[in-house]
Amino acid sequence: MIHIKRLQEDGVDIIALIGEIDASSSIELDLAIAKSVGEGFRKILVDCHSLEYISSAGLGVFLSYIEEFKDQNVSMVLFGMNDKVANTFEILGLNNLLKIAKDKAQAKRMVNEL
Amino acid sequence: MRTKAIIRLLFTVGVITWLALVITDIYVVFTSSNRISTGMPGWVPNVILDLFILALYYYYKLRYDRDDVLNFLDLLWRVFATGLVATVVSLSIKLVEYLLGSTRLTNDVVFVDLVYLINLGLMIGFLTMAFTAWKRLILYQKSKWLMRLWNLFEWTLLFSLLYNAFDFPFIESLYWGMLTFFVVIGLVLSANMKWVAYLNFRQKWTSLLLLLLTVFYLLYIFLNTSSLVEWLSEKNVDFTNYRLHVFILSLMTFVMVYSIFSFLVILFNLPTTSVFEQKLEEVVNFQRISQSIQTEQNEDSVYNILLETSVSSVFADAAWLEVKTHNPRPRIFTYKITEKESQDIINHLRMNNVKGVLDQGSDKTKNLSKHLSTLKGSRFRSILAFPIHVKGENIGTLALLKELPEGFNREMTKIVATFANQAGISIENFRLMEEALQNERYKEELKIAKMVQKSLLPAILESGPDFEISAFSESADEVGGDYYDALRINDHQIALIIADVSGKGTTAAFHMSQMKGIFHSLAQDCIQPDEFMIKANQALVYCLERGSFISATFFIVDSLRKRIRYARAGHCPLLYYNAPKNKAEYFKDKGIALGMVKNRSYSNYIEANEFEYSPGDIMLLYTDGITEAKNSKGEEFGYERLAEVLLEVREASSKEIQDHLIKRLYEFSGTSNINDDYTTMIVKFAEKFPEAGKG
Repeated sequence: MIHIKRLQEDGVDIIALIGEIDASSSIELDLAIAKSVGEGFRKILVDCHSLEYISSAGLGVFLSYIEEFKDQNVSMVLFGMNDKVANTFEILGLNNLLKIAKDKAQAKRMVNEL
Repeated sequence: MRTKAIIRLLFTVGVITWLALVITDIYVVFTSSNRISTGMPGWVPNVILDLFILALYYYYKLRYDRDDVLNFLDLLWRVFATGLVATVVSLSIKLVEYLLGSTRLTNDVVFVDLVYLINLGLMIGFLTMAFTAWKRLILYQKSKWLMRLWNLFEWTLLFSLLYNAFDFPFIESLYWGMLTFFVVIGLVLSANMKWVAYLNFRQKWTSLLLLLLTVFYLLYIFLNTSSLVEWLSEKNVDFTNYRLHVFILSLMTFVMVYSIFSFLVILFNLPTTSVFEQKLEEVVNFQRISQSIQTEQNEDSVYNILLETSVSSVFADAAWLEVKTHNPRPRIFTYKITEKESQDIINHLRMNNVKGVLDQGSDKTKNLSKHLSTLKGSRFRSILAFPIHVKGENIGTLALLKELPEGFNREMTKIVATFANQAGISIENFRLMEEALQNERYKEELKIAKMVQKSLLPAILESGPDFEISAFSESADEVGGDYYDALRINDHQIALIIADVSGKGTTAAFHMSQMKGIFHSLAQDCIQPDEFMIKANQALVYCLERGSFISATFFIVDSLRKRIRYARAGHCPLLYYNAPKNKAEYFKDKGIALGMVKNRSYSNYIEANEFEYSPGDIMLLYTDGITEAKNSKGEEFGYERLAEVLLEVREASSKEIQDHLIKRLYEFSGTSNINDDYTTMIVKFAEKFPEAGKG
């Protein structure tokens, strides 16, 4: 199960993921991102410090927003992943398509780049 | 069949004994009137009379006691019919006597005795028949106490026959004592009239008539026989005086008393018949509501049945049922009232801030009715309203209306509350059933998906002179598809693929078949692995849904050049055991999974690699179900452990390696039930290659 917290800092929306994302909880992730975009945020950070596991359904959610973000000029950066989750992203090659940072500071820098 | 034979036998015995009685009694009368001493002891006719009574008693008992199909009215009809026959026969004899006038014959003792005996036979037959019928009625609702009392009554009555069988001296106190005893028990038993309540109005009237006539028959036959007895007694002859038989007198009293009591009870219950019928109907309606789930197809029918039955139970003039839906406007089912009218009433009540419309308390109802009277133009003066609850949530309101003020009483409130309750339960059941059906359909879908998956995997794997391949795949219930395959391109090249489809159930199964199609068509000509991936990606772009992807690795094994070319598209890195170096390592290569980049720029993200293989090398292809398998502590099997396990069996054949790996996997996770798909494909290169140019 996933617990999602949102807070805003410096005009950036930070979505914190706590727990695991599997097929059923991936819907919540989808809704959270959609809400953020719907509220007009152009810079979104995803805090993965407390993310223990992500399934292919969860990865699919991130994947599905790539096109949309490009069209709507939204910038999203994921940061704070543990080794296991980072490895998952790397094997699939998603690190080439999504922006991944080590920590919040780096993420904030990356998100402000175009 | 045996019973029928016995019944006929008893009837015959009855007839015979009656004839015997006639003969003996006439003989006695004749001899006594002519002052001849009889050679027959006095008890003989009595005994025969007893036998006659017994025969009739058991005849009727067997005929009517077991007949379960008989209902109350039927019983009364049969008693009536028997009485009618008896009376008619008796009257016909009287008619004959009358026609004969006052002749010597008609005044002859023997003749009169004969007439008397005929009447006696008829009377006893009638009484016994009535006795059996009354028994059925009294014992309609048995209780232990009642059964015991009845059995006491019956058995002591039968024993009393003995009293007359032997030539006991007539002890008046004993006689009256026994008679009183039987009469009292008979009175007590006669208090059991429960069957009366079950008759409807029409049946009650019919019963009254039948019972009245039965009483008349009884009286007639009794008086007739009595007068004959009087006449014979005056003549001072010995004859079988039934008045000395406690049995017959008690029976007579009992049958008479019960008939009169029944008549009176039915008569006085006539006004209340409608209430009983009403109650019965309520029960039937209640059953209708609770059964409506099995018989009806949708919720609407339940609502309609609820409306119908509530209206009829309380004799409402109109009613409506409001049901909440997903739309802001609720649905309304109405009976004899227009939607507009009901809406007006609802609005009016709401305007008056009437809270507690939905409570079942009666004082709230009074409030409602009071407010109702203030609504102009409404023809209704009383209203009763109930909430309908499903799973604790209020999903609607049932309102009943009457034109009379204070038209609803407590009883009505109670019964409609029960209906509303039951309707709520029925609807809840209905929704649960829908859910269950959905689940079933879903499970079916998964079954099909699994079947498809299984059928797509190759049954036999290719092999070459240099190597052998073993593969194993197991899919979890809900999870998507692992796919592996091997295709011989030409005499020295084989294409291998392993892939993992994201998604679940039937969707994954479909994507797996697409992947198989793409592999088998593209791999036929010697295509470069990165080419393969680019073309596959392009083909899949049009069929994969938003957010779906496929990870895959594609190999071409060339046994002529002893080289392997491959491309890894986001799949788990290949585990390769290098025999000369005696090391197992993971090949990390660039490559994004298929379906992620939906245009031609994908070619920037994939590359082809090549290496040479040596004798004894092992290629271990797998999916993430293996590395991500968890044990009871939540630890993952992991990459290191996989490499270790491979090293353990590096000398073995591909099949042995596979078996060993599976065994270690199950050992680790503690069960063979792993919650993901897992697949392995192991290529073991021979320890010694055959001569070059061949294979």
